Formats: sequence, structure tokens, C-alpha cells
Amino acid sequence: MIDRSFKGLVSEPRTIDVEKGQLKFFAKATGETNPIYFDEAAAKAAGHPALPAPPTFTFSLALGAPPAKGNVLGDMGVDLRRILHGEQSFTYHHPIYAGDAITLTTTTSDILDKKGGALEFVVQDTRAVNQAGILCTEMRVVTVVRNG
Amino acid sequence: MTIDTDALAGLQIGSRLPDHVQGPITRGTLALFAGASNDHVQLHIDSDYAKEAGMPDVFGHGMLSMAYLAQLITHWVPQERLRTWSVRFTAITPLHATVHCRGEVVDLFEEAGERRARLSIGAETGDGTKTLDGEAVITIS
Repeated sequence: MIDRSFKGLVSEPRTIDVEKGQLKFFAKATGETNPIYFDEAAAKAAGHPALPAPPTFTFSLALGAPPAKGNVLGDMGVDLRRILHGEQSFTYHHPIYAGDAITLTTTTSDILDKKGGALEFVVQDTRAVNQAGILCTEMRVVTVVRNG
Repeated sequence: MTIDTDALAGLQIGSRLPDHVQGPITRGTLALFAGASNDHVQLHIDSDYAKEAGMPDVFGHGMLSMAYLAQLITHWVPQERLRTWSVRFTAITPLHATVHCRGEVVDLFEEAGERRARLSIGAETGDGTKTLDGEAVITIS
């Protein structure tokens, strides 16, 4: 069972660069055909200052800059063979672009169990703020741990 | 590439997004996505590890299917119109599966001074197994 003292924990802020090359790689890996996601000229022609990060990319930024405190894949001590992604949501306030430096702060909002502890759910909320201090994305990740 | 403002203004409850299909998901797809998405969980890239964990083989990242589902939306309207969305992962996406994404307008409403549409969205594999189920809110004005 996960130590319930992680509930309510707020991670340290951590900052990660949004790299143009990684956005192009992400577009390739997801079979993207819309050129605004991999061709800077197309992005600019569509009114973007640089390549935009696609809708789910904040999740990748968070994986690229995991917290030391309150990491479901780290200090929570979870068996990584027994995890599943349960739910995922994003709310957008401002776009993220190649060249941004995004600061992430993650709150472990809840830890609960179902089926007599056979399943545990870790609910984590991350805020992504850009180099100008503008809130870009709010993201919720629900990770499921199979203990049964 | 995406629909224009006049077409958005004509949306009705029941309007469907153009279907979006990706895959089949190969081991190569999973290797590339692991690297590109920073998701290094071994269940998706190492068959020995996955089998030792009790799975039949490596399987698709939930976030790979969610990235495909994002394309359903962003190939239809510019990403800036997407306000919020959420999904539940209801089944694992197995190796070699194709991912069929679908969306439909289920509500039209005013919020935060905008005209908005709520979409029911989801994905399923080629054999009809529902893998993602959720909703999205876009602005149409």
C-alpha cells in the first residue's frame, strides 16, 4: 500500500525546456500529418510564433522533469510492473511553444483504494507555467496500482 | 485543413467529427513513442519485462492512444479551440491493434462568454474493444 502521507504533498517546482527537436520527434512517433506540428514554416503560416506543443505534450514534459517528492514512478515506492493509466485530463489556458521553459508543480490530490485494497488510485494535479509566469495547462493524472 | 468558422456555427447536437484511424501499433511504434514522449515505462518496450509482469506482451501506452484522439480534434478544429478534455482508459491497447477515434457533439452551450460545444469522444481497437472514453469542450465562437 502507498504511504498515505503522500496525500496533499506538493512537489518542488521543476523547469523543463520545450525542445523543437522533441516536438518533431513526437509528431513522427504519433503519425502526425498536420504540418504545423513539425514544419516551422507551416506553423508560422498558421499564426504560431514557433512549433506548438500538441494537446497531450504537458504529460511528456512532466515525465521529462519528474518531481523528487511525490513521484508515483519514484519515491512512492510503487511496483512499476503493476501500474496502469486510469484517467487523464487537460485544461488549457495558454499555448505552449518550442523554446518555452515550462515550470511544473504537482500536487498529490488524493490516494484511495477500491476492492479492499486490490486497486489503489493516485490522483495528481500538475500546473504548467511558462517563462513569463503565465499558466498554460492544468493536468490531472490518475494512476492505478494493481495490488491484487 | 480544419473546418471554418461558418461550419462550426452550424454544428448541431449529433454532428459527428470525421473518424480518425491510426495504427496498427507495432513494436517500432512503441519504441519511438517511448522516446518521443519521455515515457520509459518498461511494460511498453520490453517484452521480457511485460511477460514477467504477467502481461501477454508489450502493449500500447494510454497516452499514445490519447495523442491519436487529440489528432481527431486538432485535425477538425485548430488546437486553440480546445478548452478542456478528459478520458478514462477502459482497456489496454494491445500490440498490432489499430486505434479508431470517434467524436460527436452532445451539447451546445454558453460559458465564459463563449459559445461552446461538448463532444463525446472515444477510441476503440479494430475488434471493437473500447479503450478510451471521455469528453472534450471546444469553443465555436
